[in-house]
Amino acid sequence: MPASKTATMRDAIAEHVDDGDTVALEGFTHLIPVAAGHELIRQRRRNLTIVRMTPDIVFDQLVAAGAATKMIFSFTGNSSVGSLHAIRRAIEHSDPRPLQIEEYSHFGLLGRYIAGASNLPFYPLRSAGGDLLAHNPNIGTVVSPFPASDGGTEEVHAVPPLHPDVAIVHAQRADRLGNVQAWGILGPQQEVAFAARRTIAVVEEVADDSVIRSDPNRTTIPGLAVDAVVECPRGAHPSFVQGYYDRDNEFYRAWPAISRDPDALRSWLQEWVYDLPDHAAYLAKLGPAYFDQLRPVPAMSSPVDYGSAP
Amino acid sequence: MTATSEENLNECTPSELLTVISARCLGGRRRVFAGIGLPTLAVALAQATTEPDLEQVYESGVCGAHPPRLPQTIADAPLATGAECILGMHALFGYVLQGGHIDVGFLGGAQIDRWGNLNSTVIGDYTRPTVRLPGSGGAAEVMANAAEVFVVLRRHTPTSLVEELDFCTSPAPLRARRANPNVRTTGRGVSTVITDLGVLTAGDDGELTLSAVHPGVRVADVTAATGWPLRVATEVAVTEPPTPAELGLLRDTIDPTRVYLR
Repeated sequence: MPASKTATMRDAIAEHVDDGDTVALEGFTHLIPVAAGHELIRQRRRNLTIVRMTPDIVFDQLVAAGAATKMIFSFTGNSSVGSLHAIRRAIEHSDPRPLQIEEYSHFGLLGRYIAGASNLPFYPLRSAGGDLLAHNPNIGTVVSPFPASDGGTEEVHAVPPLHPDVAIVHAQRADRLGNVQAWGILGPQQEVAFAARRTIAVVEEVADDSVIRSDPNRTTIPGLAVDAVVECPRGAHPSFVQGYYDRDNEFYRAWPAISRDPDALRSWLQEWVYDLPDHAAYLAKLGPAYFDQLRPVPAMSSPVDYGSAP
Repeated sequence: MTATSEENLNECTPSELLTVISARCLGGRRRVFAGIGLPTLAVALAQATTEPDLEQVYESGVCGAHPPRLPQTIADAPLATGAECILGMHALFGYVLQGGHIDVGFLGGAQIDRWGNLNSTVIGDYTRPTVRLPGSGGAAEVMANAAEVFVVLRRHTPTSLVEELDFCTSPAPLRARRANPNVRTTGRGVSTVITDLGVLTAGDDGELTLSAVHPGVRVADVTAATGWPLRVATEVAVTEPPTPAELGLLRDTIDPTRVYLR
């Protein structure tokens, strides 16, 4: 029987993430691996290059904690609620330290994941022009070897592969072998898991093999692309997990005021990350009733029949 | 202008006005790529009035959303529940958007110039910005690939409609082709800009032209609030004010708790 890949969050981060690594934490508003980000802060990783199409609160926290020296991204904001002030302070004033940035449009950074996952030297796309061309040497142009529909020479933009040292994704469930099942908004998790050298899958539940195998099309990342499976219920809070808990909009709305004040932000990190041993303690501190208001009404999918040998 | 239309306008907020005008501009269109906020309300209003078959596609990959409540973000849980399809990001950006399935993309921005180029990246210098803004996200993709682009600006001022962008996040097809003649572009770029003062539409050469003012707004008010010498149409229309039916749908059915309406 193949060896189980299950690990505690502490052990998975300690084993797979080193200082100086390039670490992608993906999830498009849905399924953001926040608890894993907090563990990176708690273990005081340094000089990380953090990668995410849409840096949000957890990246503001990583930057505030001094974990990151560089950020690769395509949209940085607090999901239409407000600014990420720690990131803005670092970019606008190098306060308290500079943050190097490498910036793309969404399809540009996604294209880097796709090229990385597919072992290609570049990914071509029609967009990704504008002034970023002058600021990011990783956006180039490539001449099509084939004539355009009008017979002329055609050029498209191109981005190189990205191979993060580590990808961290969150999902509803996985088996102990790392077959990850996710539903709802899927983001670039499959692409980044295949692009990365090592992948940590954080899940709400480690499920029995039979559950996963009853619906193989639901598996978005197969175990062959996963190195560690961490069971961490509610580990995506304050983002959401389809069918498990809704987005904590109050937390999102409260964040800009905390983030704007460096002292308040330091205190928040102390109280909610450094002073707590793990995510279970974070949930205990929120209290058992906290998630009651975030519990969605069930909306089950209809089962499908895969059939079986008679 | 009649006294009645003045009254109607006085009774509606700027965001209601922008939403109603945007919804009307969607007439005849089929598939819209729109973010959360006023564009989503405009799509909902158009669906409830003249364009029942209008389809909205979200950047999160959700197509055919049937949310039980107004979504809070482009990737909120109610968008997924009961949707017709949720695509992965490669399919969304590659097949749907770059593949040419979008008729209208809605974009915003901190700055727009007379050719419909947009800045949503920085105010000031890129390497040492005065204000760091979110950046492109999918805006550059929408600009490059949608058949046309609508821009909604809540405040028409010389600092948002500028002669020179601080940074070009989303180049209009014209600018992209000028930078590299071998680049092929799909859509026509920004066709319509809807602001709190009026409506600008792109002429054949791509230059934005004042084509309508809202009731009570003078042409001179708009040119004074624009950071370049604004071209003015020979006949400038006066916007038909929101009807009680349009306002009723917005207030009572589409955004009753005023998540986005102000």
